[in-house]
Amino acid sequence: MKNIANKNNKRGMKKIGLYLLEAMLVIWAIIQLYPLFWLFLFSVKNNTEIFGGNILGFPRIWQWSNYSEALSSGNVGRYFINSSIVTVLTIVISSILVATSAYAIVRMKWKYSKLVLTIFLMGMMVPIHATLLPLFIILKNLNLLNTYASLVIPYVAFAIPMGIFILTGFLYTIPRELEESAFLDGCSIYKSFYYIILPLIRPALATIAIFTYLSTWNELMFANTFINNDAIKTLTVGIMSLSGQYQTEWGPIGAGLVIATIPTILIYVLLSEQVQKSLVVGAVKG
Amino acid sequence: MEKILSDKKAIFLFVFPAFLVFLVIVLLPIFFSFYYSLLKWDGFSKGVFIGLQNYKNLFINNTDGFIISVKNSFILAVLSVFIQLPISLLLALILSRGIKGEKFYRTVYFIPVILSTVVIGQLWMKIYNPNYGLLNFILTKIGLQSLTNQWLGNTKTALGAVFVPILWQYIGYHMLLMYASAKSIPTDIYEAAKIDGATESQIAFRITIPLMKPILKVCVIFAVIGSFKAFDLIYVLTNGGPLHASEVPSTLMYNMIFFRYQYGYGSAMAIFIILESLIGTIIIQKLFGKDEAY
Repeated sequence: MKNIANKNNKRGMKKIGLYLLEAMLVIWAIIQLYPLFWLFLFSVKNNTEIFGGNILGFPRIWQWSNYSEALSSGNVGRYFINSSIVTVLTIVISSILVATSAYAIVRMKWKYSKLVLTIFLMGMMVPIHATLLPLFIILKNLNLLNTYASLVIPYVAFAIPMGIFILTGFLYTIPRELEESAFLDGCSIYKSFYYIILPLIRPALATIAIFTYLSTWNELMFANTFINNDAIKTLTVGIMSLSGQYQTEWGPIGAGLVIATIPTILIYVLLSEQVQKSLVVGAVKG
Repeated sequence: MEKILSDKKAIFLFVFPAFLVFLVIVLLPIFFSFYYSLLKWDGFSKGVFIGLQNYKNLFINNTDGFIISVKNSFILAVLSVFIQLPISLLLALILSRGIKGEKFYRTVYFIPVILSTVVIGQLWMKIYNPNYGLLNFILTKIGLQSLTNQWLGNTKTALGAVFVPILWQYIGYHMLLMYASAKSIPTDIYEAAKIDGATESQIAFRITIPLMKPILKVCVIFAVIGSFKAFDLIYVLTNGGPLHASEVPSTLMYNMIFFRYQYGYGSAMAIFIILESLIGTIIIQKLFGKDEAY
């Protein structure tokens, strides 16, 4: 009898423990999400509500015009296009450079392949702070400040080490037989790279592309330093200046912040597993 | 086939473009930075070589806030390791033991990690707004009006106020790293422990955490180095102010170079940040000892 009671008791305790754990997880989810939800709320409110005591609740009038204001007079539309151009160029160019060089390092036979790989991987530890001023001076001397190139070139360069790290690891796992038989059939190295390797490494390239997207889309330090022409500004810099201009206009700023976040959230909703993977994979190296 | 795979022209075409870009943009600038750090230079006139004087100025009779900034970055590092990582670890342990909605929670906790720091910074600026911000509003509503504050404008609270969003944003990142590692531990170890009568907390402390040592090391390194290099959120929220209260080395470096045109002195700060990060990494590696798993 006593034994059974004890067992029931234990099970009850366990259940309570489980509820506590779940409550904790829910509370934490709220801590992580509520600020973002609040951002959305004030992006659709007008000033009377924000400054008149309804800062917490749902808007009484949904002020969607904040979005059109942010896009047109706040210039967020322009910044969005600039960010998109810079990000797409960075992803395309860095993917090509990473794919070709990782292939040559892993598959082709040459004396310095290991050394070159080591040098590339060292780049993973270089903080961008250390390159900021020299790059600024180089770009200034080349008259490249305030151009897309002033961002695309550094972004590509800094995407290369991580990309090569991920892709070389992936290439080692691909069997060589396909290429070998292609070579025997008289296929050139370029054709074999393009028709055999490229399709096979697409999953790894996707991981790299997501990683590059996040670091490029969100980058602040370079963009803030190399660009001050409003027509070229990317979202991060643009929003900084927007909030300086519109200090008392929370609605349009909130709308700008939401617009800047939409692509990232969309990618995350569609590919959450891959996004998580792409950010974890680089850490294994430490 | 050997011939095809050792085709010099193809190797050159494949590797050289990437290597050139990488060399010129990532590696060479470090040497430039080091060279600049030995100059007294305002960026316009010709620099004068002054040896290690800039480095001496960083530490001896320093009045421009550098010492405070280093101290602040150390505080951030300590908070990251002793507040942020334990929360991440706790969440990772709970989620990895299989709870209802595991995937949902994991996905949600990770969201702040992928957002732009500018968005996060602007958002927290509004949260901290003294008149209409979320924080003061809630404090007033729950009767703690006496605690309301000019969070970012007060030298006493600015540092804490900028640290909260930094810690908040990356908890999900560390959680995911730890979660992935905990998930890779074979489940039969747990089953064996359970049969032997081990409780959940015993399992966590005696089995899971020791087996996670390699990833914990990575997390500690990231947390510490990330703190030494912290820039974005602090730049957006306070730019190191008021009166250097929330200054960190990289915000000071940025202002020194681009607003006060002290190219040489600012570069010395940049080099300091790299060295600090390198030494930090080595010390942490040593503290954790050689790991057998990897």
